[in-house]
Amino acid sequence: MPFEYAPAPESRAVVDLRPSYGLFVDGEFTAGSGTFTTVNPATEEVLAEVAEAGPADVDRAVAAARRAFGPWSALPARERGKYLFRIARILQERSRELAVLESLDNGKPIRESRDVDIPLAAAYFFYYAGWADKLGYAGLGPDPRPLGVAGQVIPWNFPLLMLSWKIAPALATGNTVVLKPAETTPLTALLFAEICRQADLPPGVVNIVTGAGATGQALVSHPGIDKIAFTGSTEVGKQIARSVAGTSKKVTLELGGKAANIVFDDAPMDQAVEGIVNGIFFNQGHVCCAGSRLLVQESAYDEVLERLKRRLGTLRLGDPLDKNTDVGAINSAAQLDRIRELSDAGDAEGAERWSPPCALPDRGFWFPPTVFTGVTQAHRIAREEVFGPVLSVLTFRTPAEAVEKANNTPYGLSAGVWSDKGSRALWTASKLRAGVVWQNTFNRFDPASPFGGFKESGYGREGGRHGLEAYLDV
Amino acid sequence: MLVFRPPTLGSMTVTAPAPFSEVTRSESSLRTFLHGLPGVDAVGADARAAMLGTRSIKTTSKAWALDLAIRMVDLTTLEGQDTPAKVRALAAKARRPDPADPGCPSVAALCVYPDMVPAAVAALAGSGVHVASVATAFPSGRASTAVKLADVRDAVAGGADEIDMVIDRGAFLSGRYAQVHDEIVATRAACGSAHLKVILETGELGTYDNVRRASWLAMLAGADFVKTSTGKVSPASTLPVTLVMLEACRDFRDATGRQVGMKSAGGIRTSKDAIKYLVLVNETAGDDWLDPAWFRFGASSLLNDLLMQRQTMASGQYSGPDYVTLD
Repeated sequence: MPFEYAPAPESRAVVDLRPSYGLFVDGEFTAGSGTFTTVNPATEEVLAEVAEAGPADVDRAVAAARRAFGPWSALPARERGKYLFRIARILQERSRELAVLESLDNGKPIRESRDVDIPLAAAYFFYYAGWADKLGYAGLGPDPRPLGVAGQVIPWNFPLLMLSWKIAPALATGNTVVLKPAETTPLTALLFAEICRQADLPPGVVNIVTGAGATGQALVSHPGIDKIAFTGSTEVGKQIARSVAGTSKKVTLELGGKAANIVFDDAPMDQAVEGIVNGIFFNQGHVCCAGSRLLVQESAYDEVLERLKRRLGTLRLGDPLDKNTDVGAINSAAQLDRIRELSDAGDAEGAERWSPPCALPDRGFWFPPTVFTGVTQAHRIAREEVFGPVLSVLTFRTPAEAVEKANNTPYGLSAGVWSDKGSRALWTASKLRAGVVWQNTFNRFDPASPFGGFKESGYGREGGRHGLEAYLDV
Repeated sequence: MLVFRPPTLGSMTVTAPAPFSEVTRSESSLRTFLHGLPGVDAVGADARAAMLGTRSIKTTSKAWALDLAIRMVDLTTLEGQDTPAKVRALAAKARRPDPADPGCPSVAALCVYPDMVPAAVAALAGSGVHVASVATAFPSGRASTAVKLADVRDAVAGGADEIDMVIDRGAFLSGRYAQVHDEIVATRAACGSAHLKVILETGELGTYDNVRRASWLAMLAGADFVKTSTGKVSPASTLPVTLVMLEACRDFRDATGRQVGMKSAGGIRTSKDAIKYLVLVNETAGDDWLDPAWFRFGASSLLNDLLMQRQTMASGQYSGPDYVTLD
């Protein structure tokens, strides 16, 4: 008799969803120029109405951040650190609430929001809180100065985590911020605004403006901004780079990826299979550093594919709030269309599509875990970022060929190397043109480790000591 | 299914199941094979086991899992102070773990030292509960092969259905794999129709790579079960060690068609822990192993916690340790 897991839903009662949310400007929630709704992608249920920030609202937010910058940057550094420690502790205290809200708004499994997103977000605040009064020892000069007002635009795949990557280092270094969350996932950023108030953060230090692309454009093109930090698509990143040309704004961009996950025949096989699964099906593949191209040594191909398919048969897709769910909902209808379009291109170009037997819910946005075999470097699914649960499998014969294929992409955000032979792993890592190379693991993040891209995956680094540099005048 | 049984005692030239018949021919072929198994990344194995430990098993699935766990218990007493009276008391508990509830299933087996086997057999006659005996100079295994085999024959003659042997960890760690192999083969032969569980004592093997190699070695030599620990060494069973052994059982069946059982023993005390193991079995080896014929818990105090949780699920309130028997 099979072991059926009864439904184990996390309670929604911990979240106090309001019917409508305003912009967070100068420490107050205010109306915007319009409204939009945010939905639960697992059910298409409307969660709340959210204010849309127009140019005038963005202007108010930037002005508030500018007013707050003087006093905030003049605070003794240890006092700034205290605010960040306080925020980090509140994130931990309210972690269940944040996790449930994140899963509701984003569609990711509660296991991931509870065990990865929220704990890591708190960890980034703790980490940068510690740097606040030690900036003179960061190797960036004896008394590095903040830049001023930072305009930050973040994506929908890790809403609160990306917020923490942006706000924690900016505040620790004495800057003030105007942050725009993605229009499909604004709710945890607005709960974070409430947390700023709970922490008695001075008004204007953190401002949250919600809206879609136009709001983001108004923010990054605002003349009162000294620094832009963007995480999102390469296309928008290029537009931002063009729009700031000729200005004094500093920019860091964390863009798309098409990471190679390289499995040598001497890999620890069971863990490599776990790493492949974690690399591409974590967060439904909505991960810029996802291991979306599996490069397997031909001599291990049959074994890896057989093990991978068996393992995918155990993935549990469904209600994101169920504590046993492994694969949640696709974040939006638009993203689902994009995933379908690229998968269909994979079929049309002659790759072979495979998915485990898996029933999709009737409502909401869903796509099954999918593996394409027989993929070549010329296929669109091997070159373009799908940003979904779609794995392209390619093969190689020698380490040199693996490196050549891995690097043969306009992107360069991350890569994985699976081998039990240390010298081979190190040789391979040294040849890979990617900002992060994981050996015998994948999608592991730590606040002390810098993260960023090569080539069209962006420039600048977030996290670690390197992440301070992006917010300091050095 | 290909069922492998080694030949009778005295013949050490044993053929392992296809396609591994050449593997056990010589010390060097055995070494080449065991060292050619894919490595285990310890960080990854620990992370996988920890993730499976977060599965939330509630309501109907919890009730089902508790009953299954009870049916998988090898109720164990392995103390110098054991007496026939103590064994009889435990046998009564093994037959009817919850005297107040006739619907409560019996455990799988009662596990004792060889000299207690006759008492256990007499007390369990007709119950369907097996008698398991540790043997081969348990727990250290530090005796000559002749003494170990005599120990096994003694237990089998007393009526044991299952023999839990220990491997020679000293020989294994110094790379004398053929010696370990041949001793398991000889023990298997001495067992006759009794099932053989091979204890690896993973707490002494040091690495997951060694755990995987020892699992394969035992299965190649004809083990019916591979078992983590004696319970006398810390750490005893852990989730990642069980994960690695279950992967070996799964891969061995894929390669040979022969299914080998798995027993996790030592340190499993709570229902919550037991259910984590069942999840691990379910999502690693698969539901073919979710049966007392293929998965066991070696435990003593676990049973009472399973019973308390079972009563709690039935009545809606927690009764406490005075409502289960202490044997």
